Amino acid sequence: MSEPTDTISQADFDEAGAAPTKSAVELNEELLVEEISIDGMCGVY
Amino acid sequence: MSKTQLVEQLKGGLDAPICLTWELTYACNLECVHCLSSSGQRDPRELTTDEAKAVLDELHDLQVFYINIGGGEPMIRRDFFELLEYSISRGIGVKFSTNGAFIDATKAKRLTEMDYLDIQISLDGTDAVTNDAVRGEGSYDTAITAMQHLQDAGFGEFKISVVVTRHNVDQLDKFKALADEYGAQLRITRLRPSGRGADSWHDLHPTQAQQRQIYDWLILNGENVLTGDSFFHLNALGEEPLPGLNMCGAGRVVCLIDPIGDVYACPFVIHDEFKAGSVRDEGGFSHVWKQSDLFTELREPQSAGACASCGSYDACQGGCMAAKFFTGIPLDGPDPECVSGHGEAALLAASSIQAPKPMMDHSKPSRVAVTIGRR
Amino acid sequence: MLDATLTLHPQVALRPEPFGALAYHYGNRKLIFLKHPDVVRVVESLDGTATVAETLAACHIDEARWPSFEQALTNLQTSEMLQ
Repeated sequence: MSEPTDTISQADFDEAGAAPTKSAVELNEELLVEEISIDGMCGVY
Repeated sequence: MSKTQLVEQLKGGLDAPICLTWELTYACNLECVHCLSSSGQRDPRELTTDEAKAVLDELHDLQVFYINIGGGEPMIRRDFFELLEYSISRGIGVKFSTNGAFIDATKAKRLTEMDYLDIQISLDGTDAVTNDAVRGEGSYDTAITAMQHLQDAGFGEFKISVVVTRHNVDQLDKFKALADEYGAQLRITRLRPSGRGADSWHDLHPTQAQQRQIYDWLILNGENVLTGDSFFHLNALGEEPLPGLNMCGAGRVVCLIDPIGDVYACPFVIHDEFKAGSVRDEGGFSHVWKQSDLFTELREPQSAGACASCGSYDACQGGCMAAKFFTGIPLDGPDPECVSGHGEAALLAASSIQAPKPMMDHSKPSRVAVTIGRR
Repeated sequence: MLDATLTLHPQVALRPEPFGALAYHYGNRKLIFLKHPDVVRVVESLDGTATVAETLAACHIDEARWPSFEQALTNLQTSEMLQ
């Protein structure tokens, strides 16, 4: 599985303290929940 | 994490399926020409009631929230209601797919009284001529009767599930109206060349122009229409992707358990090539899902192969494994119905060799297999 | 949202996943991915007594991220996963 490069981890926050790599805007745009249709997976009757 | 990243995570598989299909029996009162499971006769090796309950216990432990039951015709099993009730008692909701032959007023009432239960009536035409050509004489009336019983019993919003073919693609509006009339939700799904579908696929599958018609119709009218995410190969047609994960879920987030307990990547690839194991193996379903060689392989990053240079690959993901496999196209080749037309050459190249034959043919012996068109 | 007291709906099941959790509502059949372990922690901590703000603070969520969490919790409330 490919590495998730944009997943926000604790390490990112530690870095953010040191240098402004993650702006408040970017943090505000985290989409933390996502609805998936129960019928939205291919390979099912 | 964006939607794309979520999908990339899901392609790597989960510790348990999100949902799965369970074909309870190969027995069926119908013999639809395109049956994905080539059903007709019961297999004597069918899982027993106790074995089925043991699988449900495993699914409970894996926290599978709901299952999709089908067949053949699942209501033919004598323990059908017993298994339904057991599943629900274990916290696993059920949607079952049926041709409706066994839903009379009494059954409709009984089903209505059950919780966490959904019903899907199969129908492939908005009139008897269109429908029965594929599903057999009387099958249209059977389905409508079942729908009427469900409506009369106050079941609520059941589903009508349609396999889209060359002959019913012009009936999409009428299917929607029919669903509305019975208080049901319409579901349209892709025809795959699986099971008996392998014989009739070349004559039944929508043309390129009709695929555009399906896509346009879904964009315009599909807000409350389900698709089982089966048309994601059409996403290359436009800017707006159809709703759904738009990825092949086989072996990653979904799979099939067949009537004799074999586990396949999905219901459209009932073939040794896509068999992961059996629930009767040591470790049961859980071990197959988590450790089988096939599923481990499917959860690795897949090569775009011949589609790598195509700008549409991100949208269509190279299409459907089952569609490629049973038309003889290599799995890293284009989908036979590639909307950019790359499937044509691939089909031509495949036409000189014998495409894989469906396995587990439970068609009744009296049926004459008709091979129409080129293989 | 920050002043709201919420808790998980009794008909919701939360299934842990490597990247967060899968939430399923047995009543309305909605399926929602919680896409980060932090949002899972927060949802599991909502007990109907502390406010959302208090819960976010107790879970050590950086205030810069609170708007995202508010949005997520709003979505979950709209889906009836939280009440």
